[in-house]
Amino acid sequence: MSASLLERREFLKFSLTASGGLLVGLYIPNGAKDAFARETSGTAFMPNAFVRIGNDERITVIVNHSEMGQGVYTSLPMLLAEELDADWNKVGFEPAPVDPKYNHPAFGMQMTGGSSSVWSGFEQFRNAGAAARAMLIAAAAEKWNADPATLRTDSGAVLDRNNRKLTYGQLAETAARMKPPEKVALKDPKTFKLIGKPKSRLDTPEKVNGKAIFGLDVKQPGMLTAVVARPPIFGAKLRSFDDSRTRSMPGVRRVVAVPSGVAVIADTFWQAKVARDALKVDWDEGAMASFNTAQMMQQFRERAQSPGKQVRHDGDPDGALASAAKKIEAVYEVPYVPHAMMEPLNCAVDLRSDSCEIWTGTQFQTVDRAAAAKVAALPDEKVKINTTYLGGGFGRRANPQSDFVVEAVHIAKAAGAPVKVVWTREDDMQGGFYRPAFVHAIAGGIDANGKALTFRSRIVGQSIMAGTMFATMMGLDKKGYDPASVEGLDDLPYDIPNIGVESHQAEINVPVQWWRSVGHSHTAFAKECFIDELAGVAGRDPYQFRRDLLQKQPRHLGVLDLAAQKAGWGKPLPEGRGRGIAVHASFESYAAQVAEVSVTDGLVRVHKLVCAIDCGRYVNPGIIAAQTEGAAIFAASAALFQELTFDGGRLQQTNFHTLPMMRMNECPEIETHIVENNEKSGGIGEPGVPCTAPAIANAVFAATGKRIRKLPIRMTEAV
Amino acid sequence: MISFTVNGRRVDVDVDPSTPLLWVLRENLGLTGTKYGCGMAQCGACTVHLDGQALRSCVAPVSRVAGRKVTTIEGLSPDLGHPLQRAWIAEDVPQCGYCQSGQLMSAAVLLREKPQPTDQDIDEAMTGNICRCGTYPRIRKAIHRAAEMMKGGAK
Repeated sequence: MSASLLERREFLKFSLTASGGLLVGLYIPNGAKDAFARETSGTAFMPNAFVRIGNDERITVIVNHSEMGQGVYTSLPMLLAEELDADWNKVGFEPAPVDPKYNHPAFGMQMTGGSSSVWSGFEQFRNAGAAARAMLIAAAAEKWNADPATLRTDSGAVLDRNNRKLTYGQLAETAARMKPPEKVALKDPKTFKLIGKPKSRLDTPEKVNGKAIFGLDVKQPGMLTAVVARPPIFGAKLRSFDDSRTRSMPGVRRVVAVPSGVAVIADTFWQAKVARDALKVDWDEGAMASFNTAQMMQQFRERAQSPGKQVRHDGDPDGALASAAKKIEAVYEVPYVPHAMMEPLNCAVDLRSDSCEIWTGTQFQTVDRAAAAKVAALPDEKVKINTTYLGGGFGRRANPQSDFVVEAVHIAKAAGAPVKVVWTREDDMQGGFYRPAFVHAIAGGIDANGKALTFRSRIVGQSIMAGTMFATMMGLDKKGYDPASVEGLDDLPYDIPNIGVESHQAEINVPVQWWRSVGHSHTAFAKECFIDELAGVAGRDPYQFRRDLLQKQPRHLGVLDLAAQKAGWGKPLPEGRGRGIAVHASFESYAAQVAEVSVTDGLVRVHKLVCAIDCGRYVNPGIIAAQTEGAAIFAASAALFQELTFDGGRLQQTNFHTLPMMRMNECPEIETHIVENNEKSGGIGEPGVPCTAPAIANAVFAATGKRIRKLPIRMTEAV
Repeated sequence: MISFTVNGRRVDVDVDPSTPLLWVLRENLGLTGTKYGCGMAQCGACTVHLDGQALRSCVAPVSRVAGRKVTTIEGLSPDLGHPLQRAWIAEDVPQCGYCQSGQLMSAAVLLREKPQPTDQDIDEAMTGNICRCGTYPRIRKAIHRAAEMMKGGAK
């Protein structure tokens, strides 16, 4: 992976923020020549790397992004099928192998993340479909000895002016001999038949009859299962282990030390798990043995008292604080939280002397392949990754160190047979790479007319990028802060003349990682709660106060107004209920939410969430709504229930009884309203997350008069 | 050797009788539609039917099902024809899909016992099943839709 490509991601991000229309040229992959290289096999016609057309009329779209629930196995095929003029009922999908031609066109590696699959594939998949269509037309022209310009396509067939018809399946063999076009024209969006329509997901049938294969379901002949005893404290080192009991337990094949711990390899999972639990391991606990999160948060709070590394400085934020007619300071806190995908981590490996085959649900194919190759001492090309369905990802399965893949290859070296490494729920929860904890200290003031005058935010927390291959690429050293820690505040959209954003980077040996919506998951909470508090100081309605400050931000304003209007903002509510509002842009999309809550006996009940989303041009409105609902529930789970705490270096939460998830009986009614426009596509997997926590917190204030400044929301701790 | 019936087929398995049914289904019988999520009856991903009742198979030793009838997601219908499967498809319920086998098996028991469930019935029957993707609103709609289908005479 090259540094320049990652820098381009940064460039893309910032250029997008600056202006919307710059990117189209960059969508075309550098490897376009590769991607369009003609491939044929048997009777199937494979005009390019993204589609295969069989003489049985089946159209298989090869998808270079992982399906983790966000719908890419449907939305990306829709893009291709649109330009191909395929019969949608004949369209299927297949996960792409790892190959540079399947690299993310903007990020330069094969991966899924950053809510980027649809916008990055928007031209890529359409181009691939249009190229295939042109070759099918050329094939029909040859068969009929006709001018291609006189032919048209419709629903999986080429037709001539007399409605003579050859189906794509009938043309597949001939089309395979046609020259791929140099350039193709794409459809006028006004003529779209699939894009923008609520098509059913293609992966639903196999997800309702148990046939869908996730990483955990992989079984190869002779495959063993391994369960690993990992350090109970981050940074602890293996001193010794006693496997005298374990070794003689039923089904146990081997017990081996690997860099991540001690692996017990057995015939089945249950045998490996029981035997692992019987292991006696002596750990050198190391420096983290005295770590506890209460102390850490206290240190963060203290650090927030002093100026940090400057991220943004408009006007004179400190001076304006001194001269403000009224001012307010507040400290917001968010804890470590885990991704806790329903499918715990796992990875299956078949390592041979000259090859390594991997089955896993990963978001990070290129990085994982390189990391696996290094451990296997093989060239990258000798490592094959089969991407299974992912039982949730949320960022955890895009690990810069490829932790769960690297470990599995180490174990495969010792296993002497194909082996699947399975993490128990406890292993997964205690395995690190959490959303980091943060403290935000914000001070703000209003002038004598009640207008927002200044906003100064100090952010304290760990960097996600530091110490990873992305640190240099993201320019951490040059900047002196991690952009992922401050995103969402560095581009504070409110029209306030004096704005300061400062960052303190904390060094804590708890592995952290991107968690659905990354920095926005905490910056939006602090920012949107504080804006509410500032509105309160000004004696203004929180919706109107935001409106006034967003007059130059039409898309923020659009979602804010839509959410407020649909939620009946300002209309009377039953006794004891309150409404809260929040607006936030992330991943090139704009979101606003209104929460309606009540509090009974200290318990917050969210009755309703009204979500407005502007993700520009969308492909499948059903998926947009599903992602928005799902993101809100994911965020509400964290806001209401979730906190990881450490004491004596040990994580105190182990499973769902101590790390609760929102359940059916707690789930609010959710409405999603999509803004219709023709803006460039933005993301959808993550942008629904950031607004939920602050909307709920602000609603709790409206219902009870108590400000919420800490997640998860605990009424006993409310300010 | 422990004998029981899975999806109408008699099976004999030679395993440690304390092995949870979940792992016998998945590893010995190749029925991987039933999922592991927590191993302590907290999430419902492993839900199957034991003589028609919902069972968290991750905490049920296989010895408990000897001589009894187990139904897994693979046995819910041979052809996606169960009203719940049809409703799940119509409402496009699944996202990642991992928890959905368990959701469907819990919902199937609910509908058999209460063919026209209220929202509160759904809360009570489905609260043991976690969905991390947040498909709850669609699960609720799909259960109501399936109930409507069944009222209309569909199987």
